[in-house]
Amino acid sequence: MSLINEFTKGVIKENPLFRLMLGCCPSLAITTSVENGLGMGAAFTGVLIASNIAISAMRNIIPDNVRIPVYVVIIASFVTMTDQLMHAFTPALYTALGIFIPLIVVNCIILGRAEAFANKNPIIPSVFDALGMGVGFTLALVIVSTFREVLGAGTFYGMQVLPETAPAILMILPPGGFITLGCLLGLMNKLQKKTA
Amino acid sequence: MQEYLIIIISAVLINNIVLSQFLGICPFLGVSKKLSASLGMGGAVSFVLVLAGALTWAVQTYLLNPFKIGYLQTIAFILIIAALVQFVEMVMKKYSPPLYKALGIYLPLITTNCAVLGVAIINIQKEYTFGKVMAHSLSHAAGFTLALVLMSGIRERMEDADIPESMQGTPIALVIAALMSMAFLGFSGLI
Repeated sequence: MSLINEFTKGVIKENPLFRLMLGCCPSLAITTSVENGLGMGAAFTGVLIASNIAISAMRNIIPDNVRIPVYVVIIASFVTMTDQLMHAFTPALYTALGIFIPLIVVNCIILGRAEAFANKNPIIPSVFDALGMGVGFTLALVIVSTFREVLGAGTFYGMQVLPETAPAILMILPPGGFITLGCLLGLMNKLQKKTA
Repeated sequence: MQEYLIIIISAVLINNIVLSQFLGICPFLGVSKKLSASLGMGGAVSFVLVLAGALTWAVQTYLLNPFKIGYLQTIAFILIIAALVQFVEMVMKKYSPPLYKALGIYLPLITTNCAVLGVAIINIQKEYTFGKVMAHSLSHAAGFTLALVLMSGIRERMEDADIPESMQGTPIALVIAALMSMAFLGFSGLI
């Protein structure tokens, strides 16, 4: 039961993007299409699960004073692996995400989960925590990119959904990212106030 | 000379690191409530960004490339940046306590600032020479400070504005950023 709790808290109650405002850089930059959002979410979830497992397994060995550098090196190793794997197997996605794959290293969510969860809990709960956070972040990316792709290009996951007149190109340019995330956050606040 | 001018203009205005490349959004939203704080953060980031640009370029050119271990780039760069931030903090504490007091709280945050790592990686991707690396890093640092200072100026004025309750704080900051970013799009015809 508690494992399910670890999972669902990341998806809804502590959604990293909408509730905690972590990891905004990739969520603004690569959400121009749903495909990129999903790809980024998958890469991110992979790194988060791997790093949570490694850090949780070594939590009793790592000296407390140097834990942050150790975490950073562990995370950087997994990011490098993901980077190489994506370069080999999904070259199109690799080019689309570009610089934001190596930048997963400095994504505050991963370091945050290591510090707040994985270094205090055994491996199994850490995996569920990582899964929940990963799914929550991916979901947030997909929501943001759905708005931007449908309004900005008239397509959803590459399929035409709006008539092929002039779409609002602004939405897939940088300002669209800011405005979509801003309005979504405002909407979340409003909805939360209603339920509370 | 012309090449340098193009690098500088495009980095400060056209490809502004915050408003069009989406790097360094966290401090941009977090530390832009007061003008003085945003100047401090801009200064600290600029300092680290330029130093890190030079160091990572040297490591890539003289260490990673000759030994053909380019795939270690991410690990090497993040370690350099973390060590550099620590080192800058120690030196400042010893030799310039007033500066340390002014920038102190922002320094540790910079390690996880994607602007620093991002610019270091772009420097390498574009295969710049050392002079261009310095110009590119300096102008991105200037662009970051510019965006931060503009943002905090607007937010200070927004304090008295009557904003709907659910849009207060980050949501309205993001909408302001969208408008600023739209304004910066206007620069794209410059070159």
